[in-house]
Amino acid sequence: MTLIKHELKKGRNALILWTLIISFLLGICILIYPEMEHQMKYLSGMFADMGGFSAAFGMDKINFGEFMGFFGVECSNILGLGGAFFAALLGISALASEEKEKTAEFLLTHPVSRTKVVLQKFCAILIQIAILNAVIIVVTLLSASAIGELPKDNTLALLFAAYLILQIEIAAVCFGVSAFLSRGGMGSGLSLAALFYFLNIIANLTNEAKFLKYITPFGYAEGANIIAEKQIELTYVSVGILFTILGIAAAFLKYRQKDIAS
Amino acid sequence: MNAIQTEALTKSYGKARGITKLNLRVEEGDFFGFIGPNGAGKSTTIRTLLGLISPTSGTAEIFGQNILTQKTQILNATGYMPSEAFFYPNMNVGEVVQLSARLRKMDCSKEAAALCERLKLNTKKKIRQLSLGNRKKVSIICALQHKPRLCILDEPTSGLDPLMQREFYSILKEYNSSGSTIFLSSHVLSEVQEYCRHAAIIRDGRILVSDSTKNLGHTETKRITLKGIASLPPLDHAKNIQNTDDAISFLYDGNPKELLLYLSSLPITDLTITEPDLEEIFIHYYQEEV
Repeated sequence: MTLIKHELKKGRNALILWTLIISFLLGICILIYPEMEHQMKYLSGMFADMGGFSAAFGMDKINFGEFMGFFGVECSNILGLGGAFFAALLGISALASEEKEKTAEFLLTHPVSRTKVVLQKFCAILIQIAILNAVIIVVTLLSASAIGELPKDNTLALLFAAYLILQIEIAAVCFGVSAFLSRGGMGSGLSLAALFYFLNIIANLTNEAKFLKYITPFGYAEGANIIAEKQIELTYVSVGILFTILGIAAAFLKYRQKDIAS
Repeated sequence: MNAIQTEALTKSYGKARGITKLNLRVEEGDFFGFIGPNGAGKSTTIRTLLGLISPTSGTAEIFGQNILTQKTQILNATGYMPSEAFFYPNMNVGEVVQLSARLRKMDCSKEAAALCERLKLNTKKKIRQLSLGNRKKVSIICALQHKPRLCILDEPTSGLDPLMQREFYSILKEYNSSGSTIFLSSHVLSEVQEYCRHAAIIRDGRILVSDSTKNLGHTETKRITLKGIASLPPLDHAKNIQNTDDAISFLYDGNPKELLLYLSSLPITDLTITEPDLEEIFIHYYQEEV
């Protein structure tokens, strides 16, 4: 527990900042919807005719003129990318930053096994992701209520569940990578999150690249698909969970044996 | 019981040398100095003992516990002060000291406060505002506040001013008197000679000699200082020849009779033969024949 508290305290400012930024952008995006509703109805038809471009962002599957259609594309991008970057930063810096900042020597010469260090650090990541998502959900619900567009079905819940799983997967994969690094790796984490995002866009463009949806968590966390199908694609989620487990396992296996750089 | 015991402990970094077949014994309750210049393998030995790096081969035990399988128990009984003191920069001194105690599941507040007072350390200051010397003090407190059975200190006095060095050694002596084993690495030989009862000299990752500091100072080698001559004619077993303004001095580890015969042929005006200090012993082990 000591290490979890320590990690939460260490990451407090970053968590507040990311939560504020994502919540603010999401809130603004929702609150301006009534003003944009009329334009959206007009744009919806236009987007539907834009072929590959619309498909890349899933805009061919949903009605942009409806609140959930608008939310699925505009707000999901903020939530998806913002959450993914935050999760990537948390995961990639958890273990590697201790060596980069040379605090690993301090931490690992205390009577705490490396297994416990890895476990508590990952728990701290999960808690931070949970806090971010809890605030975002509250802000979304309040903003949607304020404009009278609170959805009656479970689509919003499915969207948030998908993004939560996506963030956990990205954090876990980056956490696994982090165990192999000894000099930071913030760039690698952000690049990995961005790569996952663009892989999904490529997968949406052509059937030949559809297999990429098994690799990227954005495959199962695509707002347009979830809203249109009213479900999360379980096959993609299962692969995502497998990657999550592999990331965590890699972190445990590597870090327990790792020579700590001086 | 031995506080530290290693058998053929080896750590290699690919082609780079670490430590090679290191055999080291430090008895419980000892005040032990580990001497060697930078890159000799002191920190590698310490980091291996503490489980920060894994040995390539060989074994090591601390208080009879294996460093690979009983790491947590070992770290529970150990206090470690690294050569470079790095902490979380946004925390203040008090928070770091408290974190260290909490990681040990101990309340060390009394001892920590006493140490802070003796070392004149402000606990409210942020780590990022501290000088190297003050960061070292934080490191000392984290290493000692739980009164460990074994204190492992890697070049502890670098960065501390002379007054603080004296206070630090006074604290160590008190800990040693109350039963703690002190194991410190250093390349400041005078402090090892002054405070340590035993010492080992490490070179190129191998232990050259391990003995009491008293015995290390009583070798066959003598420091010979001559006056009245401008240069020293060739002499077997003469090492570390130093020319000063009015004297020539060198270390000699050969036959004394041969030395006297040799000296009788020189126009010397004064002769001094002394026991070399630890520094000279160190040089004796380190320097190739001049």
